[in-house]
Amino acid sequence: MNTVNGSSADGPTQESTKRLQAKKQTLDDAYAAPANFLEIDVGNAMTHGFARNRYTDYEIRLRTNLPIFKSKESSVRRRYSDFEWLRNELERDSKIVVPPLPGKAWKRQMPFRGDDGIFEEDFIEDRRKGLEAFVNKVAGHPLAQNERCLHMFLQEPVIDKNYVPGKIRNT
Amino acid sequence: MSFLGFRQTADIDVVLDCSDTRKLAEIKTEDGKKERHYLYYDGETVSGKVNVTLKKPGMKLEHQGIKVEFIGEIELFQDRGNHHEFTSLVKDLARPGDLLQNTSYSFEFVNVEKPYESYTGSNVRLRYFIRVTITRRLSDIVKDVEIIVHTLSSYPEVNSPIKMEVGIEDCLHIEFEYNKSKYHLKDVIVGKIYFLLVRIKIKHMEIAIIKRETTGIGQNTFNENETLAKYEIMDGAPVRGESIPIRLFLGGYDLTPTMKDINKKFSVRYYLNLVLVDEEERRYFKQQEIVLWRKGDKPRTRIQQQPQQTVEQKQKE
Repeated sequence: MNTVNGSSADGPTQESTKRLQAKKQTLDDAYAAPANFLEIDVGNAMTHGFARNRYTDYEIRLRTNLPIFKSKESSVRRRYSDFEWLRNELERDSKIVVPPLPGKAWKRQMPFRGDDGIFEEDFIEDRRKGLEAFVNKVAGHPLAQNERCLHMFLQEPVIDKNYVPGKIRNT
Repeated sequence: MSFLGFRQTADIDVVLDCSDTRKLAEIKTEDGKKERHYLYYDGETVSGKVNVTLKKPGMKLEHQGIKVEFIGEIELFQDRGNHHEFTSLVKDLARPGDLLQNTSYSFEFVNVEKPYESYTGSNVRLRYFIRVTITRRLSDIVKDVEIIVHTLSSYPEVNSPIKMEVGIEDCLHIEFEYNKSKYHLKDVIVGKIYFLLVRIKIKHMEIAIIKRETTGIGQNTFNENETLAKYEIMDGAPVRGESIPIRLFLGGYDLTPTMKDINKKFSVRYYLNLVLVDEEERRYFKQQEIVLWRKGDKPRTRIQQQPQQTVEQKQKE
């Protein structure tokens, strides 16, 4: 009888409600804003230049509370080739699998088209969505966040393509 | 030469002693089906009767001897046909001669050592069986009867909790704790995850039980990982200071005890894999080995039964 009672006491009846003692969360922690805020919008597409030098660029607005970013809010203008530059830099240095870009549109740059080619509104909107998804994926990646090129792309007014690649350390 | 139709043949049946009281256990076969066989433990006596039934009454069966073997063997699927026997006991039941009628023989392997647990994996199989052979000049009549062996352990002396702080620098710091490092097969994993720093957007968190089967030795080792269970323990994004409780019942899964270097042929180990998935489907994980062991159901009554058996057998003799 004793063994039966003994085995059931450490058996399923007690185990099924068992928990480890948890530290109590402080109210500050419970109600403070989460520390993982990072939002990047790509929008406000504008076409600059004339004739053969025409290009479209986009506004990249970033809002965050991650300490790794120099400023909590920033806005820069970038064109598609800048995204390509960023992707190449990450591909080379960061050892992460970089997501693909929305794709180059060679065909749309051929002359004698019936529409506006790469300046067609639908195309720009599609590309904007793709770029937004790309930049959010990349900027949220813990390993990419250490790369200098990402911070330059997101927050410096001008990209210095002759920069010294490297990691930035959190201060 | 039985197809010629004139030679005598026989059916062999093996009836194990106390087969009505002995428990059955299930084991998966190679093709995933489940079979039930009698269950034995290390040190138990294996005894029973061999019944030889002649198919043609009135005709004699010439033979070169009848024997019964108790065999424990390991079969590695990468070199099939090469069975490694680690236990092999032989008893002769009959000298060369003729069988004129249905005959039954009793046999007994006393206190047989069965050091390992029966196991069927993806690359290896360990099994025990009783083989009866009627030796004949051209083709032997052979009958195999499989049994299952479970190895029991007593409660481990040292069973400290697993507690560890892990993370990605400046991104995610967590502290996890599992209440033990050794669990029996019907045990409950009680634990918690405590978040120290959360700078990524976590979508959910789960615990996976991974079985790793290692076969071969040296450079020829071959690993096979299998995720046996995925168990979600958190839905949504936590913040700093939050604790997530874990209670995972192992009884619901198809587990075996941890086996280490069985006869220097193979190992089976189990890992708890804690996985956090963020909004971009990136996965952050930490694997931790746990030791699984088989607890005896009623160790006390079993010990009492054994001496009784031996007494009975002695009386018979």
